[in-house]
Amino acid sequence: MTQSHRIEGGQIDRTKTLRFTFDGIPYQGHPGDTLASALLANGVRLMGRSFKYHRPRGPISSGSEEPNALVELRTGGRQEPNTRATVAELYEGLTANSQNRWPSLRFDAMGVNDKLSTFFAAGFYYKTFMWPKSFWEKLYEPIIRRAAGLGSVTREEDPDGYDKGFLHCDLLIIGAGPTGLMAGLTAGRAGKRVILADEDFRMGGRLNAETYAVGDAQGADWAAATVAELSSMPNVRLMTRTTVVGAFDHGIYSAVERVSDHLLTPAKGKPRQILWRIYTGRAILAGGATERPIAFENNDRPGIMLAGALRAYANRWGVKVGERVAVFTNNDDGLRTAKDLQSRGVDVVAVIDSREGGDLLPGIRHLRGAEVIDTSGKLGLTSITVRQLNGRSETIAVDALGVSGGWNPNVNIHSHHRSRPVYDPAIAAFVPGKDGPPGLLVAGAAAGQMSTHAALKTGRDAAIAALDLTTAPELPQAEDAPVGITPLWHVAHGKGRAWIDLQNDVTVKDVKLAKQENFTSVEHLKRYTTLGMATDQGKTGNVIGLAIMAELTGRSIPETGTTIYRPPYTPVAMGTLAGRSRGREFKPFRLTPSHHWAKEQGAIFVEVGNWLRTQWVPKPGETEWRQSVDREVLATRKSVGICDVTTLGKIDIQGTDAGAFLDRVYANTFSTLAVGKCRYGLMLREDGIVFDDGTTARMGENEYVMTTTTANAVAVFRHLEFCRQVLWPEMDVQLISTTEAWAQFSVAGPNARKLLEKVVDQDISDAAFPYMGAANITVGGLRARLFRISFSGELAYEIAVPTRYGDALLREMLARGAEFDPIVYGTEALGVMRIEKGHVAGGELNGQSTALNMGLGKMVSKKKDSIGMVLSQREGLTDENGYRLVGVKPVDPQAKLTAGSHFLEKGAAPVAANDGGWLTSKVYSPHLGHDIALGYLKGGDKKIGQRMRIVNLLAGLDTEVEIISPHMFDPEGERLRG
Amino acid sequence: MIIHHPILGPRDAQEFVYLGDANLIDRPDGMVAGVEVFHDYLYNRTNPAGEHQELWYHEQGDRSWLVVTRNTVTHEITRVELARDVARARRRTK
Repeated sequence: MTQSHRIEGGQIDRTKTLRFTFDGIPYQGHPGDTLASALLANGVRLMGRSFKYHRPRGPISSGSEEPNALVELRTGGRQEPNTRATVAELYEGLTANSQNRWPSLRFDAMGVNDKLSTFFAAGFYYKTFMWPKSFWEKLYEPIIRRAAGLGSVTREEDPDGYDKGFLHCDLLIIGAGPTGLMAGLTAGRAGKRVILADEDFRMGGRLNAETYAVGDAQGADWAAATVAELSSMPNVRLMTRTTVVGAFDHGIYSAVERVSDHLLTPAKGKPRQILWRIYTGRAILAGGATERPIAFENNDRPGIMLAGALRAYANRWGVKVGERVAVFTNNDDGLRTAKDLQSRGVDVVAVIDSREGGDLLPGIRHLRGAEVIDTSGKLGLTSITVRQLNGRSETIAVDALGVSGGWNPNVNIHSHHRSRPVYDPAIAAFVPGKDGPPGLLVAGAAAGQMSTHAALKTGRDAAIAALDLTTAPELPQAEDAPVGITPLWHVAHGKGRAWIDLQNDVTVKDVKLAKQENFTSVEHLKRYTTLGMATDQGKTGNVIGLAIMAELTGRSIPETGTTIYRPPYTPVAMGTLAGRSRGREFKPFRLTPSHHWAKEQGAIFVEVGNWLRTQWVPKPGETEWRQSVDREVLATRKSVGICDVTTLGKIDIQGTDAGAFLDRVYANTFSTLAVGKCRYGLMLREDGIVFDDGTTARMGENEYVMTTTTANAVAVFRHLEFCRQVLWPEMDVQLISTTEAWAQFSVAGPNARKLLEKVVDQDISDAAFPYMGAANITVGGLRARLFRISFSGELAYEIAVPTRYGDALLREMLARGAEFDPIVYGTEALGVMRIEKGHVAGGELNGQSTALNMGLGKMVSKKKDSIGMVLSQREGLTDENGYRLVGVKPVDPQAKLTAGSHFLEKGAAPVAANDGGWLTSKVYSPHLGHDIALGYLKGGDKKIGQRMRIVNLLAGLDTEVEIISPHMFDPEGERLRG
Repeated sequence: MIIHHPILGPRDAQEFVYLGDANLIDRPDGMVAGVEVFHDYLYNRTNPAGEHQELWYHEQGDRSWLVVTRNTVTHEITRVELARDVARARRRTK
């Protein structure tokens, strides 16, 4: 297909042709085109369907404010919905499809919504789907869900990478139009570190779309020359295709750079997009302005466009949108479109100027005091109806209409810290208000300075002010025309619909309805009508909507006010926010010293915090996890098992006050612990709830080694630093985390000592190294630590060597102790053995339970001050009939238990009022031959030996159980002292 | 946000962990004070709209606990001190 609507000129490279498809039809364009400009050049105006009424739509803008021309770009895993055709840069092989239509763009079955529009007025969700209640889930919601949304999301994985980056500068300039370029030149020549970012792929902003001169060059040429000078400066970083999307605290801005969106596929090793965090000394918002339409009946047909966009397509892209063009304006800028188009040989059949009086354009039919009252054309504009000053109506055949209702400064980023824009009647638009982000200046059209001269001047002055400069470049000559606007927000006529928010299909009628139902505040207007809530966030529609509300309520626009803006300025892909944090890289993994050995054995791993721990190690022939876990438990209790416990937090605590410090952070006492001994420690939070537990050993007079749970290793260390620095800075105590410095293995079972004797250099007989002993030892000369502690209830030790020897130590222990058939057990077997022994862990250390609940109330010493000691005595925490840790076994050994099940008395109804507590942990005990569990039961210590029920309504479980002591295996502890 | 660490200079707030009101420095003596006093210490906060002293921990850094004076309305940070110094000074004035 030929480019039927291509005219001379523009900033496209006609020496190269790019092929692309839209809805499967092949077209051609040129480098420098956007998808929208290339489609328009090929005479394609219909690009989408509207959200609610499925009205045929074409682009109305040439920039990121576009509400209509949203397409699905690319295919497969790269498919991207809601891409604005007006900013999608054309590349060879681009494929785009229209969305929100079925079966085709030209015939859309959902277009029936348009005929039923009376049912879909503002607030229809709240009114229509109310009754009967039972219809909601089965009927209304599925229908709404099917009809709602724009575009579709691919189900395939995105094959491209996204990255995050950090930049620093003295001055960030947001927008590279005349304002931003002049600011950049001023700061750049002064040697400052400047970042100049622009969302477009070509810098120059509006200069690229205009014909007037800057200095003695065309505006676009001045822009190109300025960009060339800036790009030669090492202190200036120019970032095209980069949208600054948010202003955050302390001069930090976020920006999205579309590194590869203009390519078929990213270059090897390059991301698709980068999310930048920019740390700035100062920033200048030079984001320009966005034109707004005027609301009149049927103002949404393809071919009706913002006047500035019509001009941009002609001047920048060499595209005439129509053969017979009219312009409807309430300000002087609209006249520029007529003049530029005419000078390019486009037939401008009429200029409908709502302002009465004033000069007439020469050589063009310029109707003053006239308004467009209606249009026709099913899939694209064919004619407009004009009401002239004398009241006479006239229908004019046109296929394109440029509309200008004035320009809104792009104040968005200035509002990101809740600064409210203020109305400036001189330009009939909102300009930045007070108290914007500290360090942010606004210049040019974004500040309501609408002429090119004012843009250049305020851009330069902002750079001078921001950086305290003493020198500045000369200002080039440029037009300094006044805005010349007489506001017209909507054309009052007839009963047809006049669109305000094209993307969300909000019309003047909806605003009237909102007013009628008293949703007159701008915030209510927005939520009731959904004005400004679509992906374009109302960049073209918001101000018209609130101006109409002002009119309807008889208030002024300042009295009516405006909603404000939050980041992001334009939509940001989820992948960009995620960056590299996805899939395997979602979060870092920490591997234990035995990981490689375990992997060789085909071990199953489980995530514990950031760690990957061995869950169990299957042997050949074991097909079900319980087979492996039961075997590991039985083998450990029969002979010896080894478990990697490196993940437990380890903190070295040293200083002359180390013992006194521990007395304050643990509920029980440590200053009395003998050197060379370990003790179980219980750590409370200040509110009296148990925080953590673990064993702590005294390795020397002023030296302790604390262990924490795996889950709380970081939090405990943070807490200890808090105690040390903030609560008791006078204490002589030093801390260091050594979790990663030591590989530590538990060696448990009747043959644990015999196995260890084969690797350690010292005498570790029961006499030399009794229960709860701790010592610095050596393993073949290598420094090591040995603790005689047990979590399994067996004769057990924990042996630690420097981390890099952990793998070797494990292999050595297995090899030298081969005669004892040692096995390696994982976290499941660890859990079985600790529950058999009634030791608390994650399910019991749940952040809600006290020492008393755990049956450890006596551990909280009241003879000394410690964290949580006072508040653990609160009335509510000392209830005699409060929760107590109990053991549970089913009366029928075949019956299954489920953690999370609730205790009920026999015969009690399963309702909350009868709830007696819950099961915190449950396992199958291979020794006892049935399920066992731990649980918190109200008054549980008095209920040992009683029978109750365990009920789990979700699992359909109602089982009779016996309440027993939590110490279910070897309650006398004979084995661990062996 | 950027926190000007008294030793390390300007650092991104992401390096820190936030705890809360800096009145946590003034922990009562558990051998003297009772439940009520501890309850006030732990739970009662002034929650000002304006200047607020709060505790931040430089976890991805030098492990300093800091007292940051921050305006809760504007997020402006006017003062950053080592919590250790603040705690010692408060003790001296008692």
